[in-house]
Amino acid sequence: MENLVIEGSPKTPTIKFSPEEGKLLIQGRSIPENSIDFYKPLVDSLEEYTGNVKDTTSVDIVLEYFNTSSSKCILDVFKKLEKINEAGGGVTINWHYEEDDEDMLEAGEDYQAIINIPFKMVEIEEED
Amino acid sequence: MDINIYDLYNKMEQDSIMLSFKGNVTSELLTSILQIMESKMEKLNEPNRIKKKVYNILVEALQNLYHHLDKQPDSAPQGHNTVIFMIGKTSEAYSIFTGNYIANVNAVKLRSRLEKINSLEPEELKAYYKEVLNNGMMSDKGGGGLGMIDIARKSGQRLDFDFQKVDEEFSFYSLNINIPQ
Repeated sequence: MENLVIEGSPKTPTIKFSPEEGKLLIQGRSIPENSIDFYKPLVDSLEEYTGNVKDTTSVDIVLEYFNTSSSKCILDVFKKLEKINEAGGGVTINWHYEEDDEDMLEAGEDYQAIINIPFKMVEIEEED
Repeated sequence: MDINIYDLYNKMEQDSIMLSFKGNVTSELLTSILQIMESKMEKLNEPNRIKKKVYNILVEALQNLYHHLDKQPDSAPQGHNTVIFMIGKTSEAYSIFTGNYIANVNAVKLRSRLEKINSLEPEELKAYYKEVLNNGMMSDKGGGGLGMIDIARKSGQRLDFDFQKVDEEFSFYSLNINIPQ
């Protein structure tokens, strides 16, 4: 399988998925008006990966902002990861949030309550 | 046309309006508004927590206006596609005001959704958000009814809304979101 790399923009995050290394990164802002089109390539790649998983799959979600249009798509990504985990892909999700961003921490906890994969909440210290 | 722009300016100044817009909403406009607000809050040295809250709520409120245009019936007069929004700031709170035309049939549904959200306590609102997030229903743009729940959750306030009946087919829907500092 080929790597999937999508460069970030002011409204969409950087996505890096390396099936060979079993690594996925979603980083930046996810606030497009229409998020379904944006997340489709990732959802498709994860679908393909489900049939050919690595022993461990490490996922880092480092979002600064995301809108509710993205939130259902992110849930779709997590549901694919749940399937990957069931297929023996050893998934861990690292949910990063800035230290005083309670809303982002809470958003991670919402997903954690729905998705049956180990979540790790990772606090990012503020730069300034 | 008889408009005194100075009076209008003073009125906005008294009401602590930072930014206002009336017209058609495009994706590019939203990008610019968000950039402007982000740099304004940066200059005001707002705490990170407030900056993020205001930005997030602004994204939802403005994208609601943007998506709202898809839902306008074909019979809607041209002018009904324009919207108004204003962003204000006092020492206690940020305020986001939005206004748009809505077909009366849709207004009834929206009102009942907003009333339901307002009837919920914070913990119930959190549960409701997760329920709607996980119910598998998605509009063709994503969302699927989460926007207003998210605004209520993040602002921590009841939604302050109003529907003014314009004629047999349309009402004007206004929303005032208050984000305490």
